[in-house]
Amino acid sequence: MLEIKNLHAVVEGEELEILKGVNLTVNKGEIHAIMGPNGSGKSTLSKVVSGHPEYEVTEGSILFEGEDITEMDADERAHLGLFLAFQYPVEVPGITNKTLLREAYNTIARANEREELDPLEFEDYLVSKLDVIEMKDEFLNRSINTGFSGGEKKKNEIFQMAVLNPRLSFLDETDSGLDIDALKIVSDGVNKIANQDNAIVMITHYQRLLNYIKPDFVHVMMNGKIVKSGDISLAEELEANGYDQMQKELA
Amino acid sequence: MSEETKALESMIGEEYKYGFTTDVEYEDFPKGLNEEIIKELSQRKEEPEWMLEFRLKSYRAWKEMEEPEWFNATYKKPDFENLLYYSAPKKRPTLDSLDEVDPNIRETYEKLGIPLEEQKMLAGVAVDAVFDSVSIFTSFKEKLAEAGVIFCSMSEAIKEHPELVKKYIGSVVPARDNFYAALNSAVFSDGSFCYIPKNTKCPMELSTYFRINNMESGQFERTLIVAEEGASVSYLEGCTAPMYDENQLHAAVVELVALDRADIKYSTIQNWYSGDEEGKGGIYNFVTKRGICKGAHSKISWTQLETGSAVTLKYPSVILQGDHSIGEFYSVAVTTKKQQADTGTKMIHLGKNTRSTIISKGISAGESNNSYRGEVKIGKKATGSKNYSVCDSMLIGQTCGAHTFPYISSENASSSVEHEATTSRVGEEQIFYLMQRGISEQDAISMIINGFVKDVLKELPLEFAVEANKLLDIKLEGSVG
Ligand SMILES: Nc1ncnc2c1ncn2[C@@H]1O[C@H](COP(=O)(O)OP(=O)(O)OP(=O)(O)O)[C@@H](O)[C@H]1O
Ligand SMILES: [Mg+2]
Repeated sequence: MLEIKNLHAVVEGEELEILKGVNLTVNKGEIHAIMGPNGSGKSTLSKVVSGHPEYEVTEGSILFEGEDITEMDADERAHLGLFLAFQYPVEVPGITNKTLLREAYNTIARANEREELDPLEFEDYLVSKLDVIEMKDEFLNRSINTGFSGGEKKKNEIFQMAVLNPRLSFLDETDSGLDIDALKIVSDGVNKIANQDNAIVMITHYQRLLNYIKPDFVHVMMNGKIVKSGDISLAEELEANGYDQMQKELA
Repeated sequence: MSEETKALESMIGEEYKYGFTTDVEYEDFPKGLNEEIIKELSQRKEEPEWMLEFRLKSYRAWKEMEEPEWFNATYKKPDFENLLYYSAPKKRPTLDSLDEVDPNIRETYEKLGIPLEEQKMLAGVAVDAVFDSVSIFTSFKEKLAEAGVIFCSMSEAIKEHPELVKKYIGSVVPARDNFYAALNSAVFSDGSFCYIPKNTKCPMELSTYFRINNMESGQFERTLIVAEEGASVSYLEGCTAPMYDENQLHAAVVELVALDRADIKYSTIQNWYSGDEEGKGGIYNFVTKRGICKGAHSKISWTQLETGSAVTLKYPSVILQGDHSIGEFYSVAVTTKKQQADTGTKMIHLGKNTRSTIISKGISAGESNNSYRGEVKIGKKATGSKNYSVCDSMLIGQTCGAHTFPYISSENASSSVEHEATTSRVGEEQIFYLMQRGISEQDAISMIINGFVKDVLKELPLEFAVEANKLLDIKLEGSVG
């Protein structure tokens, strides 16, 4: 489904490389976890994959369902079924969640020659998704993330994921900021969304999340590269020994 | 500049569509400004003696005044001696018959999307078309007359309804009020007059469309709206001008009078030519607009969408004299390129339990400068009065400026004044967030801007909300929450 080959990226117009040759393959039905120290490039990877204009790919490529999307605009990538749950969800005053989601849902439907939903149908559909993460319906009519608490913002990202039903989702530290109960609810929600036809890449600092959402693969990212991949035992090893130890072993 | 910002700028700074000129044969009139010119002007308009006196007195007051400089804008001052104070097409209808209107002028309005034929017009909207110094045509006059509503050009009102004009003209904005009001009082050419009798709801929207065509003329129009006890009216003004390299002066005076329980809603869609990228040309829009809530429980509401002009100085105000009267000001001011806007409002609370609301939204892009200046004054006797002000600025790019100057004074402890102000930048992160959800860049920008201004645009009469949205190139579709 996703094939990242030798991906190098810089901040637009600057020299310094942030991604220094990332390789990653994700097949449908899989759940991956990426761990790694602060500043190692995890969020940058998720943004480059989803087409953030701030970064420029200087080498390598990103294939999605066999198609090269390296130069594609962010909205076109979204139409293909790519979704990013932001580490820091952005506040957009004046546009309600509902408006955003209806516009997004119908735009994606149009791009894929699927039927659009009229406002009433969409309302029903939207309400049916509230249960996935026990979201209160009052959030639908509030401006996007505006004044939401940290945890509410994270929940809202997963709610949007549930509504848009993407093929591949990057969840960037969705667990950070969620309380203990919310973490369980949101994880249950993600597990409900996950199926044999889609795929999920979770970025996290904590093994705790992986107890709720079981990954098939765990990758460790350091200094702009994926330096080690394995199964869930890799996360346990990290939890026990930390990145420093791993760095030494690798050297 | 990033792609987003560029797209945003090009969208807001969209090419001016109304910049064409109309080939018209004008009456001869000498340039310059002195008492002889004013007499000539008054004579041309066949005015009564009292009107000439009003003009001459205003002119003498003006001569004593200094051109103001206190606002946040810099520009080359107009050369008052070199302006043309009267610019009337030679061919004009005498009987308000469309057939007599110069076909070129008719075509102009057609092109501006304001066909003058009644059957082609928006149902429910009566239009007074002002071309340079004169009113060309007023539609639906008869229909309005059936309801007792007077809607005609100011020139006609001076002749046909002198007692009303005499009673109210200069009663809200005295000639000595300020430099440009004094000038206008001396040389005003035309404008609209509306009178809504007692307990009458005006059966149609009234609107005036101002067009400056002549390069050398200034436009000084005068509008007076009087709503008697229990009367209500909604009025809209629209404006455009051709693109010239020279600046042109537009110095209007608008006076509104609301008696007991009367309700006046005044909306403006201002789209004068704003000059080019280098800041060359464009209209100087120096306008005095003021309403008085004379009667108890009366209400005056100003709504404006300001997108044009090179320089705008404009503060539509309300004097809340009647007890329980209400004043409102809703404004969106958009500046791009090198435009300068210094705009806002004054709410003067004199009566008891008076209320005012101010919602101002400024959007600045390019190298423009957008200032909000608002004064809220609560007088000694205005017990239990309240003001609520919100003043939000949105910046696009790094080279524009937004400023807020609130002036608040209260002499009455039982009254309250609340002021909120925010400044935000249209973030590239916001645009990326929406695009990541599948929304195109253009739509993302539209949605953000539309979200920012919707509290104001919803105050516009429905018929014009569409035009306003087109003007902002905002797609309402799909984003109405
Ligand atoms: N737009 C930018 N301008 C300058 N530096 C940037 C930019 N984006 C990312 N960086 C730098 O790139 C590095 C990787 O950042 P990134 O946000 O991808 O880290 P991360 O692995 O997600 O870290 P964390 O675990 O703290 O979220 C950091 O050193 C960061 O400062
Ligand atoms: Mg990160």
